[in-house]
Amino acid sequence: MKARVTVTLKTGILDPQGKAIEGALKSLGVDGVASVRQGKVFDIELSATDKAKAEAALKEAADKLLANTVIENYRVELL
Amino acid sequence: MKSAVLVFPGINRERDMARALKLASGQEAAMVWHAETSLPKGTDLVVVPGGFSYGDYLRCGAIAARAPVMDAVRKFAADGGLVLGVCNGFQILCEAGLLPGVLMRNARLKFICKDVHLRVERSDTPFTRGYNAGQVIRVPVAHGEGNYAADEETIRRLEGEGRVLYRYCSADGEVGDTHNINGAAASIAGIVSERGNVLGMMPHPENHVEDIMGCTDGRGLFAGLVQHLERAA
Repeated sequence: MKARVTVTLKTGILDPQGKAIEGALKSLGVDGVASVRQGKVFDIELSATDKAKAEAALKEAADKLLANTVIENYRVELL
Repeated sequence: MKSAVLVFPGINRERDMARALKLASGQEAAMVWHAETSLPKGTDLVVVPGGFSYGDYLRCGAIAARAPVMDAVRKFAADGGLVLGVCNGFQILCEAGLLPGVLMRNARLKFICKDVHLRVERSDTPFTRGYNAGQVIRVPVAHGEGNYAADEETIRRLEGEGRVLYRYCSADGEVGDTHNINGAAASIAGIVSERGNVLGMMPHPENHVEDIMGCTDGRGLFAGLVQHLERAA
């Protein structure tokens, strides 16, 4: 089973990298960019075939390691 | 003072740290590999040194914080043992949940490698007793992610409980945006845990301990720890 965990910064957390990318897009003349926030994507292959178990394992992975929940949110998707 | 210096792959300041500890205490520090599950018997101080553990992959300190030896460090800290984390060590202690908050990318996105001034906020702790409250010391920083962040409630608690021990400042002790090198909340350079036995700081006091380094302002931290442990014994 394939899955994707997306980690993003919580609202209100300053994202200087996103800001720098936003600035670069503007200087490239890309129209209509209001703001950019940078995050991370993890593509994970699971040996489990049970959906509920897979979701539980992914949630555990995100809570224990993939995200720092002080500053980040995450989203788990089974693909 | 029996010190244990943790060693993770990618750490590069462990020898500077061991040298400073030996200078202050006269005792050789034990170097403890990350895969160990216990600390040497009779350890008085655990030090998590600076560097780039696991190449800063995922988040600075994130992988090291989950190493086997960290369970032993957690237990040591829970029993009141003294723990010092410097630079990457501070990041590791935050990721391990031993200190609140997180170290984010420097506000101006640049790696900062230079001497900075720190104001010692109080002198009645094991980590600051070698200094006077309000004293300004000069120590080097070398980090890209030293911008301390935490939610407002946490910052309020840190301030209210007097847990900010070191703050970025000017040469004459003035704190403000101009001297806050990395954009840290409340110019925080170093904080202690609720019980006051775990210190995390971004600057490197171990690199200003000998005359040949051009400055010895970092000595006070180590001398203070030695003194604290002698009094406690």
